Amino acid sequence: MGGLAHFIERAGIPTTQISLIRAHTEQIKPPRALAVPFELGRPFGAPNEPVFQRRVLEDCLNLLERPAGPVLEDFPDAPPGEAAAAEQPEGWACPVNFAPPVSEMSDADVLHEALLQEVALLRPWYEQSKENRKGRSAFGISETAPEDIVRFLADFAVTPLDIQSPYDDTHVIVAFKRMADDLRYFYTEAAIARPDGRGSDLEVANWLWADTTLGGLLVAVRDWAMESDDPTTLELAQNAMVPFHQRHHTKHG
Amino acid sequence: MVHVREMPDHLRDALINQELPEYGDTPWVTPKPLNECRVALISTAGLHRREDPPFTPGAGDYRIIPDEYDMDALIMSHVSTNFDRSGFYQDVNTSFPIDRLRELADEGVIGSVAGRHFSFMGATPPTVMEPVARDLAKVLKADNVDAVALVPV
Repeated sequence: MGGLAHFIERAGIPTTQISLIRAHTEQIKPPRALAVPFELGRPFGAPNEPVFQRRVLEDCLNLLERPAGPVLEDFPDAPPGEAAAAEQPEGWACPVNFAPPVSEMSDADVLHEALLQEVALLRPWYEQSKENRKGRSAFGISETAPEDIVRFLADFAVTPLDIQSPYDDTHVIVAFKRMADDLRYFYTEAAIARPDGRGSDLEVANWLWADTTLGGLLVAVRDWAMESDDPTTLELAQNAMVPFHQRHHTKHG
Repeated sequence: MVHVREMPDHLRDALINQELPEYGDTPWVTPKPLNECRVALISTAGLHRREDPPFTPGAGDYRIIPDEYDMDALIMSHVSTNFDRSGFYQDVNTSFPIDRLRELADEGVIGSVAGRHFSFMGATPPTVMEPVARDLAKVLKADNVDAVALVPV
């Protein structure tokens, strides 16, 4: 981010930016940056908080009025709702109860059936969730329906070396990742549908990775990929298959 | 929650203490007064239109987000699993504050909103990024952009 600011400003266009990792911005020294104390993934603090988001954006843009730089200022406040969420005694609960996840990864048809059932149970909540947001959904990066994704994932989990990439010019592990991510978005959007449950990313992830067949399958594929001889597979496994806060489920950590 | 301060020590240290590229002295261009600036957003969240190809790691390419696009249809194909996405699911402005920017333009706090915005995916080596960013600066000038707000994820 800071690098882009250097290059664009050097080419003659003034820049200002949000900083989520202050230590990096201190070192890279872009012309103007507003350091915010928010979660990674939420540079404007919180969803559906227009007044707060606007303060952040305005503070960031106001740095363009400073006479000299580099400027690195701090936004002082935590996003609304964060303290309240931390104090919620009940926490978040998934709208549906699943059967215990399938733990044996050797039969693709059994996995397929279990995943199909999860998708079927989540489907009405996914639709509800979309409705809550006036039809908006972030599902769709794989351009594949959930019911078709689960066939691919189940087959890949059992016989990864026999599976072809369904996309042109795309490595099969990248295709797997794209479909797996997309299905996780579907699960997550369904999981946050209930208006009473303001689940955090972590609570939803704890459920997805521990209590669903999808989570078990993704862990199993990551365990396999970490021992792969293929550099693309290995790199993706190391960096971008399981979030750091769920790596205790995996064999290699 | 994915606060840097709440990460396990070894992961936080690995993130914060990673080797960063050197960019040299900080450049400085004096902007127009803010209320005359035409402002574009540049995100590194891996956002794009539904019809655009998803991002792949390390390529350094970007996607164009026309200002007239239905921003509620944007999707995010960033490969990282380590940041919150639930905020984005609920409200695009959590990571791409397009509605807030338009409000500021309507109220005259900024001059106007640019006709095009841009999105990259995360960290790219400077050798790959520099020529791309130079070209992008030419595009921004042609779009009469006076200032850019860069937004990470």
